[in-house]
Amino acid sequence: MNAVLDPIAALGRAVLGLVRQSGALAMFALEALSHLVRPPFYWRIFLSTLIETGFFSLPVVALTALFSGAVIALQSYVGFGQYHVQSAIAGIVVLAVTRELGPVLAGLMVAGRVGAAMSAQIGTMRVTDQIDALTTLSTNPMKYLVTPRLLAGTIALPCLVIVADVLGVLGGFTVSVAKLGFSPSTYITATLDSLKTIDVVVGLVKAAVFGFLIALLGCYHGYNSRGGAEGVGSATTAAVVGASILLLLFDYLLTDLFFSQ
Amino acid sequence: MSTPKIRIRGLSKAFGSKVVLDGIDLDVETGTSMVIIGGSGSGKSVLLRCILGLIQPDAGTIEIDGENILTASRSRQEAIRRQIGMLFQNAALFDSMSVADNIAFGLRAKHSDRDGPVPSRAKARELAGGILQQVGLDPSVGQLSPSELSGGMQKRVGLARAIAGQPNILFFDEPTTGLDPIMGAVIDGLIVDCVQKLGSTAIAITHDMASAQRIGNKAAMLYHGKLVWQGLAADLMHSGNAMVDQFTHGRREGPITMELRK
Repeated sequence: MNAVLDPIAALGRAVLGLVRQSGALAMFALEALSHLVRPPFYWRIFLSTLIETGFFSLPVVALTALFSGAVIALQSYVGFGQYHVQSAIAGIVVLAVTRELGPVLAGLMVAGRVGAAMSAQIGTMRVTDQIDALTTLSTNPMKYLVTPRLLAGTIALPCLVIVADVLGVLGGFTVSVAKLGFSPSTYITATLDSLKTIDVVVGLVKAAVFGFLIALLGCYHGYNSRGGAEGVGSATTAAVVGASILLLLFDYLLTDLFFSQ
Repeated sequence: MSTPKIRIRGLSKAFGSKVVLDGIDLDVETGTSMVIIGGSGSGKSVLLRCILGLIQPDAGTIEIDGENILTASRSRQEAIRRQIGMLFQNAALFDSMSVADNIAFGLRAKHSDRDGPVPSRAKARELAGGILQQVGLDPSVGQLSPSELSGGMQKRVGLARAIAGQPNILFFDEPTTGLDPIMGAVIDGLIVDCVQKLGSTAIAITHDMASAQRIGNKAAMLYHGKLVWQGLAADLMHSGNAMVDQFTHGRREGPITMELRK
């Protein structure tokens, strides 16, 4: 009997845990967002997070995008060669980068870099009583720590993705022209012919959602961390893993929303 | 008879099946320095956190100046708690800010409308130098980050931040823990000075009997979430209460038993 019921009970507990966690995350997000329209707003925290996320993530995002564009061009050339449609490479590169790779790769890089940092910083503040100290100093910790970070993440990632889009296309262009023998003008013309405004806009919308999710998971796990250094470490891992999974899930949902006919 | 500054009635709090506070009744008169002693896990920190609003109690009332803060509106609670300063056990300084910014933060955050416009950040930093001097530190310390300070200096900066807004209630959570006896005495002296200068009402929780007698003029003991004794801090070492005597003299035998977790 137990052999039948135990797995079902375990599954039930897991589902209930997931529902509880999702509800807590949603409530956390709503409370943080409600502070956007209630003064004061902590502009200094917002600006420093914006710079930390948007500016200091530029090198890693730029390199990732540049090489990804280059690799797509190379892979497409080899694969498309079998069907003699190498001319489609420019279109494939620009669509793959703007629709998918730009936002997803930039999001994953930022999740690893910034989401982890947010979780570790807020988690350390939690376990060293700094968050309680904020409360005793008449400062709402959600308003001070979470709301500016959510806004900064939501704004910074689209900015990074614009750079990633340009560099990803540049990577494909460089390999196609320098290594695969394409004419620069032909490649640029094919790129511009393939690209529609909606591709870029959807990529930026995705980036904004991903930026929000990364900051939300980083803040949520940090804010709720317990148990000293080990707790902060676990919170940081959970923030990065959770943000990466949610990012891929929302990538699918948004793609389905915008591009499925 | 005047209304006590802090009046607690029937305060209870449990975490799951573990009862941490069990019907606490406590009055702290205006201008009194109350020291609360008790073993680890006796509920001292939870009591302070309930008063500060960091933990919601399960039952009871907490009145400050006759107003129950547990049933007051959120804005009213914030206004009442704006008059409370807190020194945390580990000082809890914001490590992303300099020492001067920590104090300036306390000064600006605790500023109430009746004190005029909130001082600018630059002005608050300037004022922080004077507050550092009040706790025996050179104003140049303001440029350092909290991680560059010793434990004793961190406690002093924590005290400076707590008094920056000139609160009329001060809480101290284990103010001498982790300090050598001389530094502990120095911190106690600063606490007494600050409380007297501000004319504040204070509650300190501590394990340190020497510190308890230096800081407090009243004392109380918590055991298993209940208040088992109240009296003068001067009577702590000869209270006539078996539990207090065992605790203050550090005896193994007596009515207090140490629980071992299975």
